[in-house]
Amino acid sequence: MASLVIAEHDNASLKDSTAKTVTAAAQVSAPVHVLVAGSNCGAVAEAAAKLSGVEKVLVADAALYAKMLAEPMEALILSVAGNYDAILAPATTNGKNYLPRVAAKLDVPQVSEIIKVVSPDTFERPIYAGNAIATVQAPSGKKVISVRTTAFKAAEASGSAAVEKIQPAADPGISTFVGEELSKSERPELTSAKIIISGGRGMQSGENFKLLEALADKLHAAVGASRAAVDAGFVPNDYQVGQTGKVVAPDLYIAVGISGAIQHLAGMKDSKVIAAINKDEEAPIFQIADYGLVADLFKAIPEMEAELTKLGY
Amino acid sequence: MKVIVPVKRVIDFNVKVRVKADGSGVDLANVKMSMNPFDEIAVEEAIRLKEKGKASEIIAVSIGPQQASETIRTALAMGADRGILVKTDGEVEPLAVAKILKAICDAEQPGLVILGKQAIDDDSNQTGQMLAALLGWPQATFAHKLDMGDGKADVEREIDGGLQTVDVKLPAIVTTDLRLNEPRYASLPNIMKAKKKPIDEKQPSDYGVDVSPRLKVLKVTEPPKRQAGVKVKTAAELVDKLKEIGAI
Repeated sequence: MASLVIAEHDNASLKDSTAKTVTAAAQVSAPVHVLVAGSNCGAVAEAAAKLSGVEKVLVADAALYAKMLAEPMEALILSVAGNYDAILAPATTNGKNYLPRVAAKLDVPQVSEIIKVVSPDTFERPIYAGNAIATVQAPSGKKVISVRTTAFKAAEASGSAAVEKIQPAADPGISTFVGEELSKSERPELTSAKIIISGGRGMQSGENFKLLEALADKLHAAVGASRAAVDAGFVPNDYQVGQTGKVVAPDLYIAVGISGAIQHLAGMKDSKVIAAINKDEEAPIFQIADYGLVADLFKAIPEMEAELTKLGY
Repeated sequence: MKVIVPVKRVIDFNVKVRVKADGSGVDLANVKMSMNPFDEIAVEEAIRLKEKGKASEIIAVSIGPQQASETIRTALAMGADRGILVKTDGEVEPLAVAKILKAICDAEQPGLVILGKQAIDDDSNQTGQMLAALLGWPQATFAHKLDMGDGKADVEREIDGGLQTVDVKLPAIVTTDLRLNEPRYASLPNIMKAKKKPIDEKQPSDYGVDVSPRLKVLKVTEPPKRQAGVKVKTAAELVDKLKEIGAI
């Protein structure tokens, strides 16, 4: 049989997390099909068709799927589930929202946020905020899996799969999208940025995040935050890096004024290089940082910016 | 309107987790256990609904060992009205929990079930969604703000790009995110009063649910450790080092 990957997208473009989930799916059960559920999402389907390893793209294009609400997504995925022995979705807020509904209806346990496919029925997943890694074996029968995308390489865009329209499923009619407030930014998204600069409680105010933004603009970096900074209202919730926020693994993570609570480390410790700036030399963040600078961030950040300017950034 | 709040007894969030040397799991012997923090937020939200006259009765449900009754007592001390303990030793997977909760919902007919979005032990983030599917109810996960309307709930949700608002018809499932509220501490008089509130004791078999695990945990290991690197003296030196290794 085959595996089905549910695409993550915003109706205009396919998200990188889909390409990474395709890589995981190919290790579970090949060939891979991708389901694009959206509204006016033709461009997304085209992009999915180019992912290497994808044999077929199913498109359900209807207003009903514009915001991927969990209830209609459940009905749609179930309408095609019979053809697949594995159903996978990226562990985004969308995937986390609809996928367990599908598993419950199929009466199979879901394996959440896998970081490795050991064999087609055995997976590694972090538990206890990443303080332990469990190796779990799923029972025979259909697999329903969410994928921590930072742990997988993106499938390349070198293929050319067939695109097939499918019928929307009946609308359960029990939930309605009302509105959204999305953070607008010219900077890269946290989950796909090569460099991330995050601020913590040490930033002292939302206003002071401008210091990080100036630095981020020089390095084409995304700006993130610790839970403490979000809880204090310095920045919106979508900035949060951590076990219960976004899990990231950029090439470079610069932690500024972040002490390094376990739940924050769980969200960024797989970054390739970690640099930390904190005035407290005992801060736990220094135990995992490749480069540590014990300094007052209000002095150090402008100095870094000046040095970058000097070097022509 | 009745509100059901499931609460899970988990390792306290301040405890440093230790993996057992034989790889069979995490060492839970003699460690402090508490209510899952996201469930505390759920209990608090239910109490606020009752204080606003939107909820008539709050039922705290826990599925776990005898000691899980302490977790229910905590919810009762915060302000829940009565408890149901479904007694079982050993791990219960989210799907089995959802099946038991479905049976309880069938019997109690709540207008709303508020759950934590995930438990901080297995980090599954599944139970609320599974319960919603089994009941055929709508869900508003990762709630940031909850307003009760006429026959519906208006919920602001924390999503990857920011915030999203959805309307769900009642009865519905809501799962809590961190910033929905700040849970209260139980006062001493309320802790004393909670001792008199009733807790019903049940077994999974009373609900016809088989709780034996279906996922087989082959082993539990420590994550790879990162080593501390070097300390630099100045911001300029940090920039130079990062440039040297090609990170910027």
